[in-house]
Amino acid sequence: MAGHTQGSGRPNQWLRNLNAKIASVPMILTAVVIFLGGTIWTVVYSFTNSKLLPRLSFVGLDQYERLWDAPRWLVSVQNLAIYGIFSLIFSLVIGFVLAALMDQKIRFENTFRTIMLYPFALSFIVTGLVWQWMLNPEFGIQSVVRSLGWETFTFDPLYNADIVIYGILIAALWQGTGLVMCLMLAGLRGIDEDIWKAARVDGIPMWKTYIFVVIPMMRGVFITTLVIIASGIVKVYDLVVAQTSGGPGIASEVPAKYVYDYMFQAQNLGQGFAASTMMLITVAIIIVPWAYLEFGGGRKRV
Amino acid sequence: MNLRSFAAVLSAAVALPLSAASAADLEVTHWWTSGGEAAAVAELAKAFDATGNHWVDGAIAGSGSTARPIMVSRITGGDPMGATQFNHGRQAEELVQAGMMRDLTDVATREKWKDIIKPASLLDSCTIDGKIYCAPVNIHSWQWLWLSNAAFKTAGVEVPKNWDEFVAAAPALEKAGIVPLAVGGQPWQAAGAFDVLMVAIAGKDTFQKVFGDKDEEVAAGPEIAKVFKAADDARRMSKGTNVQDWNQATNMVITGKAGGQIMGDWAQGEFALAGQKAGTDYTCLPGLGVNEIISTGGDAFYFPLLKDEEKSKAQEALASTLLDPKTQVAFNLKKGSLPVRGDVDLAAANDCMKKGLDILAKGNVIQGTDQLLSADSQKQKEDLFSEFFANPSITPEDAQKRFADIIANAE
Repeated sequence: MAGHTQGSGRPNQWLRNLNAKIASVPMILTAVVIFLGGTIWTVVYSFTNSKLLPRLSFVGLDQYERLWDAPRWLVSVQNLAIYGIFSLIFSLVIGFVLAALMDQKIRFENTFRTIMLYPFALSFIVTGLVWQWMLNPEFGIQSVVRSLGWETFTFDPLYNADIVIYGILIAALWQGTGLVMCLMLAGLRGIDEDIWKAARVDGIPMWKTYIFVVIPMMRGVFITTLVIIASGIVKVYDLVVAQTSGGPGIASEVPAKYVYDYMFQAQNLGQGFAASTMMLITVAIIIVPWAYLEFGGGRKRV
Repeated sequence: MNLRSFAAVLSAAVALPLSAASAADLEVTHWWTSGGEAAAVAELAKAFDATGNHWVDGAIAGSGSTARPIMVSRITGGDPMGATQFNHGRQAEELVQAGMMRDLTDVATREKWKDIIKPASLLDSCTIDGKIYCAPVNIHSWQWLWLSNAAFKTAGVEVPKNWDEFVAAAPALEKAGIVPLAVGGQPWQAAGAFDVLMVAIAGKDTFQKVFGDKDEEVAAGPEIAKVFKAADDARRMSKGTNVQDWNQATNMVITGKAGGQIMGDWAQGEFALAGQKAGTDYTCLPGLGVNEIISTGGDAFYFPLLKDEEKSKAQEALASTLLDPKTQVAFNLKKGSLPVRGDVDLAAANDCMKKGLDILAKGNVIQGTDQLLSADSQKQKEDLFSEFFANPSITPEDAQKRFADIIANAE
């Protein structure tokens, strides 16, 4: 409106919606100062030898060299890779299959949906504790099966260093698939009825319709789900703390726990910052392609 | 970042009632929350309240590794408590250097701490650049092997008198379905057990060379190789422990499910709480029965620098209360630890505590690893030994190489 007074005919872009812009200044400041500022600060200090208190005495890449030499960090990264790949695949597949089953106009759909989504309402700490008890060989699943007569049955993933990360994966899937299912269900409901009718008229089997027609149409939902799952994977911490505290030994350590332990327990901020910078890079690797697809690619389609 | 906000919320919750009351209230944070520990803290609070001040208890559950970050964030975040527990040693070193802790030299000279605190190394750990910054309250030693007499009876072997006999008895225990050595999953337990083995097998001088002088060559040498061999035995014997917390591991010894446990003298409180008697129900072997030497780590109180004058006065009162002979006796009997002054009478002490006092009097003491190593090196050591104890595929030789690296990089 202010632009019109200039008589140029073109409104001044900066002064449009002035009220809204002023109102969003605090949020922009918060984002820039807290998030961006904090991130830059962390990266800068990861090149110092800060111990308990941050100090600006630069040591080059020493912290990163030590980080990539530390067996515990390597185990953490490996665990995150295994956990990440499997939880991505399984939560997408299980979530989609459940959603497709729910979409068959079954009875009590609301009830089922609530049941499936319930675990998501629990925090990771509670989920972790519940599964710690379930997987405990003394009084969990193993002991129940043994008391039924299978005396030699062994199922103690949390106490076996080779498979402990899968024990954590089970809990994560139990907690997370409900949400994925709901997102997928929403996506499926967004598919026009006519497409189904057309597919049926053409005699295409249902599974083919899903894979070749419906899933490609749900691209947006899939990408959103992917980002939600992926960011959850990188920051996994509380689930591990509640289930195993990183044990047995260091077999179920994850990067976020390394960051916390070295920043606060070992009083070595530099090392913790170096590790968190590596996590930031991982997140960037996930976010950048997504942002490109979502915003960069999106414009072309419109 | 999450923790910081958590700590802030927590501190706000604790600080609220504080501001409502009179100025001589002093909030004291510590991580003494198990049964015996809480009883011991109550003694301190009682003695402090008797001086006319008021002890506001700020217990943080979940052991030192959970509590210390919260304490440090509160001090660095500008919301200091009146006094706080740390293990004496290097945990608060940087806070002192940054000028956030109060200098207690005046109180210390007035009350002649230099003369009464024994061994003197305790006060040395509180001293930075000639000034005293903390008040030691007790001595905790790590070098103890706790054995269940019942477990050995079940297995049909004599209760061992030293580490070698214990290793020899392990097969018999296993045959009877008993885990020979309980080692909980918390990383500090494995690291601590290794330090104990080192003092017992390689001796005081080697221990001092490795952790005191950070001598890399000794750490990679044949003496320490022997210690790693023993740690390998311990690893085999600890298979099947399947518990996390140290007191759950102690409980396995108490109930006879495990033959023994290498744990500090704080384990004694658990035996006492279970109504067991030293000598008849359980046996304690200081220095694993090989080398009767104990380390003199322990707990100390640090006092953050406060602006409030009333509170600063109360801090002084608390510092002198902590070292009062009566408080020392009352507190340490409940806690199962040894007093920091040699001139108090501990007639009520049990057999194990008497053994400890005896060794202390003889001067067979070393500094604890918390005093010698930085928190960073301690954490690296914990990572190494928790991995070593849980993963039989790491050979003692590989582990020793990694250990020598940690020592080489230690400050």
